[in-house]
Amino acid sequence: MREIAYYEAKFEALNEIMAADPTVHLINGTFLSLSPHRHVYQELANKYRDRVMSPPISELGFCGLATGAAMAGLRPIVDISTGSFIFEGWPQVANEAANAFSMSGGQTRVPVVFHLFHGLRGGGAAQHSASPQAMLWNNPGLEIVLPSSPRDVKGLLKTAVASDNPTIFVDHVQLLDVKGDVPENDSPIPFGLAHVKRKGSDVTVIATSYMVQRCLQVAERLASERISAEVVDPRTLVPFDMATLMTSVEKTGRVVIVDETHQSCGVAAEIAARIVESGFDKLKAPLRRVSTLDVPVSYSPPLEDYIGPREDRIIEAIRAVLR
Amino acid sequence: MLPKLPRETLLDLCRRMFVIRHFEESLVPLHDKGVFGGHYHLYIGQEATGVPALSCLGGDDYLFTTHRNHGHLLARGADPKKLCAEILGRVDGYNKGKGGSFHTVVPSLGFLHTSAVVAGIIPLATGTAYAAKALKNGRITVCLFGDGALEEGAAPEALNLASLWKLPVLFLCENNGKYGAGRATSAAQSSTMAAFPLTDLPKAYKVPAQQIDGLDSGTVHATISQAVEKIRRGEGPQFVEAQTVRWPGSETNWPSVAQRTDSSLAWDVSGVPEKVREWYRSCDPLLIFIRELVDAKQATKEEIADIERKVKAEIADAVEFAVASPYPKPEEAAKEYFA
Repeated sequence: MREIAYYEAKFEALNEIMAADPTVHLINGTFLSLSPHRHVYQELANKYRDRVMSPPISELGFCGLATGAAMAGLRPIVDISTGSFIFEGWPQVANEAANAFSMSGGQTRVPVVFHLFHGLRGGGAAQHSASPQAMLWNNPGLEIVLPSSPRDVKGLLKTAVASDNPTIFVDHVQLLDVKGDVPENDSPIPFGLAHVKRKGSDVTVIATSYMVQRCLQVAERLASERISAEVVDPRTLVPFDMATLMTSVEKTGRVVIVDETHQSCGVAAEIAARIVESGFDKLKAPLRRVSTLDVPVSYSPPLEDYIGPREDRIIEAIRAVLR
Repeated sequence: MLPKLPRETLLDLCRRMFVIRHFEESLVPLHDKGVFGGHYHLYIGQEATGVPALSCLGGDDYLFTTHRNHGHLLARGADPKKLCAEILGRVDGYNKGKGGSFHTVVPSLGFLHTSAVVAGIIPLATGTAYAAKALKNGRITVCLFGDGALEEGAAPEALNLASLWKLPVLFLCENNGKYGAGRATSAAQSSTMAAFPLTDLPKAYKVPAQQIDGLDSGTVHATISQAVEKIRRGEGPQFVEAQTVRWPGSETNWPSVAQRTDSSLAWDVSGVPEKVREWYRSCDPLLIFIRELVDAKQATKEEIADIERKVKAEIADAVEFAVASPYPKPEEAAKEYFA
């Protein structure tokens, strides 16, 4: 098996997608944020000068432009870059792109991908740290994808671009240097297929995006204490794979959900509700959520660290459900 | 002034204006009787803009319109039966009742998405234009919106993008507040835009813009056909503000028909209620158009009355069809929201 970095897998996907389909256009950004690897994007921009566009700082304008272009035969991938900036383009994403297929009576397809980096990034402060996926999950008509590994980012990006629906591709800058196995000529990963990232028997830890990596580290630490944690990554919120989650829940009877959206009406809240509705009788203890506290994100490192799903909070929650 | 077009074409434009007028007037009693609910917006008073303007387009071109879309769809040849059924929320409507008056689309006529957010379509129109340019398919996009749409931030952002990337798009702003009716409180100017005239806004982004009389079908046709030609030559976006006088029936919260239109009103408005008589005498674009047809000897009053008679029958059939069409099954609401 070939081991490469997350950012390399992501660019391999973009390269293969651009080569295979001339209707794919990249609008805005670098798809690598301000990471040291952003030169990789420049190679792509040089190769496809007519298909890699740098618009003005007009999220509302270019989110709409990409949505309209998707209606008329292109498959644009828009880089909203910092997740918080989706609020600037919100009307076009939430009120136009998401509704077009339904309100046209199933006639107008909108194969656009909105790519963004969510979450606590280290010094992002209140206006560059949002995780808007919970709000977007509450807005029907959007597919929502959260990769957590090099193999997943490649396979899920291919499926996102091939999808005829507007898709939110929720990425995390802390994942860019994560290394992992990515087979050559790997197949796209279908939406709606959760993935068991680590087998375990004592507790089910459901995690999304970068939190998957953090939970895998936590699981390793706890293994030395003879606690066997199973880490399950839903990978897509819409569509959502309940069956894989419940198979794990039925096995362990103990659940911790770790996610970076804020606690109230967050991703963990919705997953918790679904588990309780469909499998309350399978639970041996009350489930626990580890989310970002319901406060704006502060800048200073200890303040930012305090509100997120820290390792110690995850461990505490796992111990609590095992009691 | 009539458009410089063959007689047959002029009579076809006349027919389309009648279709819009009688279609729209027939909706008012249906709503009053509760046959359909929700808010709705009529195109009465703007027929001499939409009909000649859209006749300048090719069959493959894209169009975007807003909550005030019925007239644009009908001008482009939409089936009044399916449009009426959609407005009534019936299963035989263009969108199977999922869109309604706000959101009717007819992809086969170039209408892919109809937004009821006033400026929602302006960025989208730059998108279909961007796609057409990338795919080199020669299609242009026409974006039809009201003066209020320019008040939303989407408008300047989209104008800037269209101008920077020389996108093949025509922004056709239909300002139905020429004499300050509607939201505006002072004469000839919207009370809510500091940019005046409205064409100052596109001009700031180097989009060529002009203001025309939207009641004058000849000016509309000449201006739009020239603008379309420039766009097809690759000159980038164009902006036209067509000014019309707001139909008195839309001055209340809900449309109300002060006077059912009949072509005879072109020559005699004595039967029209006093307070709206002036609009029918001098501002009604349909009546202006048919007076010009007769004055230019392109049609007789009898020929026009005959066209109108046939249109009235067609609209009566459309209403009958729509009222008879069943509602969709309730559970359809939870289906088909993903491709």
